[in-house]
Amino acid sequence: MSVSQEAAPAPPLETDEDVLRVENIVKRFGSVVALDGTTLHLRRGEVLGLIGDNGAGKSTLIKIITGFHRPDGGRIVVEGRDVQLRSVPQARALGIETVYQDLALVDSLSVFHNMFLGKELRLAGSPLVANRSMKERARRYLEDMKVNVTSVDVEVGLLSGGQRQAIAIARAVYSNVKILLLDEPLAAMGAREAKQILDLIRRLKERREVSMIIISHTYAQIMDVCDRVDLLRRGRIVFDKRVEDTSLEELTELVVSEYRGGEEPPG
Amino acid sequence: MAEHVSTDRVAGPSALVRRLRTAGWFIARNREASTIVVAILLALYFYSTAPGFATSSNLVNISQEIARIGIVACGLALVLICAEIDLSVGQTFAFAPIIMWLAMSHGVPLIPAIVIGLAATAVVGFVNGFVTVYLRVHSFLTTLGMYFLINGLNVTITNGFPKDTPGPNIVTNGMGGSSYSEFIWLVALVVLLHLVLRRTRWGIHTLATGGNLTGAREAGVRTDVVKIGNFMACATLAGLTGILEAFRVGSIDPLAGSATVMFLGVSAAVIGGTSLLGGVGTMIGAFFGAGILTLLDNGFTLKGISAFTFDIILGIAILIAVALNVYIARFRTMRKPQ
Ligand SMILES: Nc1ncnc2c1ncn2[C@@H]1O[C@H](COP(=O)(O)OP(=O)(O)OP(=O)(O)O)[C@@H](O)[C@H]1O
Ligand SMILES: [Mg+2]
Repeated sequence: MSVSQEAAPAPPLETDEDVLRVENIVKRFGSVVALDGTTLHLRRGEVLGLIGDNGAGKSTLIKIITGFHRPDGGRIVVEGRDVQLRSVPQARALGIETVYQDLALVDSLSVFHNMFLGKELRLAGSPLVANRSMKERARRYLEDMKVNVTSVDVEVGLLSGGQRQAIAIARAVYSNVKILLLDEPLAAMGAREAKQILDLIRRLKERREVSMIIISHTYAQIMDVCDRVDLLRRGRIVFDKRVEDTSLEELTELVVSEYRGGEEPPG
Repeated sequence: MAEHVSTDRVAGPSALVRRLRTAGWFIARNREASTIVVAILLALYFYSTAPGFATSSNLVNISQEIARIGIVACGLALVLICAEIDLSVGQTFAFAPIIMWLAMSHGVPLIPAIVIGLAATAVVGFVNGFVTVYLRVHSFLTTLGMYFLINGLNVTITNGFPKDTPGPNIVTNGMGGSSYSEFIWLVALVVLLHLVLRRTRWGIHTLATGGNLTGAREAGVRTDVVKIGNFMACATLAGLTGILEAFRVGSIDPLAGSATVMFLGVSAAVIGGTSLLGGVGTMIGAFFGAGILTLLDNGFTLKGISAFTFDIILGIAILIAVALNVYIARFRTMRKPQ
């Protein structure tokens, strides 16, 4: 382990610039320790790239920040306040939204029902949902983000991978999102669609209202769109640099060195 | 595509193809549509060929059978949309009137007794849902066990003897005793549940739970609550049907429940476009699915075809409906409307 000593993450800055701080998070699944004292921070308006091998615990960390999993230990601080995240809606109320690796869209529901899933608008004083205004908003929002779908009435199952991804992102962004978590937003996507999604992320970044954590295995994309990169290895952050201070080669080398210098790869 | 081609020679066939395609799309997009068309065709066929089909007494029969199958089917559709199944409806159906009778035999007045009967079935549904969701037993097994359990309870509570319902009064007449009251219940419930499924959060969350369980959870849908709630709704609807039937017949039969009650409900839901894989289904489809089953039964009986033959026809009808469902599902995902 050559990197772990010198590249241990800098202690998080105790400033109100940090929109999110995650400290010493532990998460076990039975005997598997997915997160083993993970600490990271995210500054306001920043885009943080999170890399690491398969099974390093990236998705697990995201799911803890978004209230889907509960940590077995550690602290989460959102905008300077300690929070106990017990559910997705609760995290959502704090402005945390997620685009999951598996997208979490429902194929048999329409675009607009998917965009409002779990946060449907209701007609005032009635148990009925406000389909018309949800449609209208969905349409406006997709237009706003330059996402191209034929109609918001179409079932999501009929759309392409890129369109689905864009809808998943639009769904996360449409609300009062402050912290946007993107788990492999460009996985399994053609070059053209990947570019569209990257453009979408860049447009969001320009607004500087949203802070983002992006997980990706494509380091070029990380270098392209992020301000800073963290490497997660076996549940710990072992590397933390601004993209200007690192390179594609270094990131690749880091992940490869795990096999060369560390224990044998599993299997 | 070729939208403005209208006068040249190709216009004929291409227009036809286009129209067929539009019709295909309409049927594919509105799963109820094909069921409705088949139900109407069957009604017309029996109207013109089966003696005594359109007599008022036969229409009453038809309306009562549709209601018996349809209300159970609507409840099952809710559970099927969640990608679960409830086999125990065949017995909860008989359980509700028995509990109602039990309450009345302890001096509870009629209306509260009906409520108690329905509440008992809701509890059955809750147990089905709870065991399925929290103990992670497949609902096929949970509700199979429940089927036998309730069957045993039904016979035990009544000692195996039928009981009389209270004499006709305004309540019993409204609850199945008068000719069309069962059908009115069915229509009201279909309208209500259609609204619930299409226009409320509960309905959308039900569709999402069956369509993508993890995804729905990640989006913040409380899928456990949704599943348990729908199991409860399903059991209660079966219980309601049992009570309506008891007042119609004027007797509470401990052996009224059967697997047939459940199978007809599942068949009606599936014929109406509800997918056994979850995420897809409609109440209007369940209604017309029940209509198709009833018409086949009633029509062929009037035409003097035996019950055995009816079973063969029913089997074929279900196979066709299921195959059609799979085909339509494939058709829908293959074609992108762009
Ligand atoms: N729900 C779960 N139950 C049991 N084990 C889990 C669960 N979720 C994750 N794990 C385990 O935790 C570890 C970390 O998984 P995680 O999905 O966070 O990895 P990841 O970094 O996102 O990997 P990838 O790059 O493949 O997406 C793995 O060993 C995984 O098997
Ligand atoms: Mg992952």
